Amino acid sequence: MTTTADAALTNAGAVRDAVRAFLDENFDRDISLRTWLSRLVDSGWASPQWSTDWFGKGLSADLAAVAFDEFRKVKAPGPPAGLGRMLAAPTIIAHGSDEQKQQFVRRILTGEDAWCQLFSEPGAGSDLASLQTRAELDGDEYVVNGQKVWTSGALGADLGMLLARTDVDVPKHRGISYFAFEMDQPGVEVRPLKQITGDASFAEVFFTDARVPAANVIGELNGGWGTAMTTLMNERVGLGAGAGLNFPISAPAGRKIQDQLEVSVGDYIDKVSGGRSAQAGSAGRNMGLGALVAYAKKNGRDKDPGVRDQIARAYTLNQLLAWNGLRAKAAAKAGKGLGPEASLGKLMMSHVTRQNRETALAIVAGDAMLAGKDGPLGGSVASQVLFTPAPSIYGGSDQVQRNIIGERVLGLPKDPDISRDVPFRDLKVGTQSKAN
Amino acid sequence: MSMAFNEEQDELRKSVRRFLEQKSSSADVRRLMETDEGYDPAVWQQMAEQLGLQGLALPEEHGGSGFGFLEQIVVVEEMGRALLGAPYFSSVVLAGTALVESGDDAAQKDLLPGIADGSTIATLAWVENPSDWTVNGISATAKRSGDGYTIDGKKTLVLDGHTASLILVVAKADGGPSLFAIDASAAGLTRKKLDSLDMTRKLASLELSGTPARLIGSEGDAAGIMERTLRLAIVALAAEQVGAAQKCLEMSTEYAKLRVQFGRPIGSFQAIKHKCADMLLEVESARSAAYYAAWAAADGTDELPVVASLAKAYCSDAFASAATENIQIHGGIGFTWEHDAHLYYRRAKSSEQFLGSATTHRELLAQQLLAAESV
Repeated sequence: MTTTADAALTNAGAVRDAVRAFLDENFDRDISLRTWLSRLVDSGWASPQWSTDWFGKGLSADLAAVAFDEFRKVKAPGPPAGLGRMLAAPTIIAHGSDEQKQQFVRRILTGEDAWCQLFSEPGAGSDLASLQTRAELDGDEYVVNGQKVWTSGALGADLGMLLARTDVDVPKHRGISYFAFEMDQPGVEVRPLKQITGDASFAEVFFTDARVPAANVIGELNGGWGTAMTTLMNERVGLGAGAGLNFPISAPAGRKIQDQLEVSVGDYIDKVSGGRSAQAGSAGRNMGLGALVAYAKKNGRDKDPGVRDQIARAYTLNQLLAWNGLRAKAAAKAGKGLGPEASLGKLMMSHVTRQNRETALAIVAGDAMLAGKDGPLGGSVASQVLFTPAPSIYGGSDQVQRNIIGERVLGLPKDPDISRDVPFRDLKVGTQSKAN
Repeated sequence: MSMAFNEEQDELRKSVRRFLEQKSSSADVRRLMETDEGYDPAVWQQMAEQLGLQGLALPEEHGGSGFGFLEQIVVVEEMGRALLGAPYFSSVVLAGTALVESGDDAAQKDLLPGIADGSTIATLAWVENPSDWTVNGISATAKRSGDGYTIDGKKTLVLDGHTASLILVVAKADGGPSLFAIDASAAGLTRKKLDSLDMTRKLASLELSGTPARLIGSEGDAAGIMERTLRLAIVALAAEQVGAAQKCLEMSTEYAKLRVQFGRPIGSFQAIKHKCADMLLEVESARSAAYYAAWAAADGTDELPVVASLAKAYCSDAFASAATENIQIHGGIGFTWEHDAHLYYRRAKSSEQFLGSATTHRELLAQQLLAAESV
């Protein structure tokens, strides 16, 4: 993405002054969340690291962090932290037309639209390019048939980042298109999937002659793979260390919850205060080490040498995750695109999550056999245990990240993919046999 | 705290690396590791005269250049990468730091200029028990004798103890553990070179019997001096481990691209590719740990005790893992004497224990975390 910067904001002091001036003028606990968000978005402060041409201030990560630090001091709510902001917006800014940027991005930042990601399919997980969902042109619309899976937030989403096959006569990577897809229509069925945690935060999505305007192709027709890479890169960054680049709390999003944007800023802050940081996807399910150490001391578990070792290990990995992020941030120049190094943070997060689980288990010992209201720390240890397998799978498994690190960072040769140059219609993928 | 080096520090790294590529090639390392002394006096002098490395971080008023701990870290990281055979860690990082931390102006005035210009090779002898790197349990004793002292006792695992001309010794005086300077030619000193696992890092044992010594600082100062010295030394050692681990990663990656089996470079197999990816993550994380600790040391922040132990523990494990995987990725060739993989493996397993194991430092880390109000 090309970045145009605000020429006046060249150092931390200038950024701090500018944010304070903006807050003095615009921040008011009595105005509605909707009004506040719209002031924030129009000012460019909602996403200061984006280009000034598109809703940002063009700040480097370092300077954006300074801005967020100022917003944190007054607990200012920021734009929604969901997949719209984390994935759809940067993808549309990078690949979309100006009309599409106007049409979609602002509504993401103001909380008017919530997005989901329609990528994975039952037969296309790590090998995402073998996806089978079809989109066929009918007049000025495409007709979509197929199935997606592991779709987080599908029930509340207004739009989806849809990958669908638009040409079966070319190899699998070259016949995919990327659509901004309206979820609320007759041809879409969402079935929640119950996870091992017992929650159902993701779903299966079925398309039966669903429709999407041809004007909603993001990037080139049949060039969806390249567009999707931008989404995946942003996902790895968001799920990895992140760099704390966000507002302290974030607004809700979606057409179904618009009434929630009518509450006053003050009431909203009070309601979510003490709630966790809005950092999407980061260590959200990781218990704080502080609570575990306090529990260990209270229960005399801090005398056990094994427990002490586990506490040191957890502290170490959590610090390293943060420091790796700081080093990456310090190295990144303003406007520099995301690189394959993001996979390191994503992989590290898997290690951190597993270590936190092991430390928690060592501390609570036999009580780890208990869950829910009978479980230690209000059941959060059991929740952590059950959640831990997820980060090493979602957003590209640890194995996929290691391939990316090996090939794109270290320059090791690719694993030969015998299906890479074969027309899609001749591949045996998912439910497709060669008889297709 | 900024997590990046400045341009001058990057330049320093480049010139040290260039120098070591010329003066500490694999052939040089192997030639020197077979000698008792383990270093080349000509190269040692060039390090001092051309690059000023020995005096880099020592005070200007005592012959040094007055640079900070970050510059010191850059230098030892590059030395680790090259497995430089030289008494740098003993003379500069251990003895030089101990003298600076002693606050003894007269001793600094007398002893630091020689260390700074390389004419003195110094070392620090405090260990008596291989499982205790503190001075709490030492039994060497110092007795007053005329204007000075005499020392009786034994020391082991003394880095370059057989070649140093100046030996700083910790011994118990009436006032508690105290730091002393002894001349290598002093009466009653017997030095014995020990065979070492890491042949590029020479070790000796010392026996002192009525050996005349000069007190550094005051009686009872050694506990504090050694605590501060070893805290900086473990950060320097962590950085050295990062440099060597990075070299292991590069050796592995390069070989994985070249070595062909089953008609493909072995680096195209996920079994090897994933090992290399894991190695990169660990080396980069180790780098974050060592650099963060170095910045804490340079800025004098109170988190240094926590992050120094964190860095030593993590970098020890990361280097040991990189050196081990490097042999595995090379297969049979990696187990041969001719290949350099074993030199790094020797350094890794040796420095893993040097100045306290990862387990020891995790325990120190845990003690501090548990003593804190909140984590």
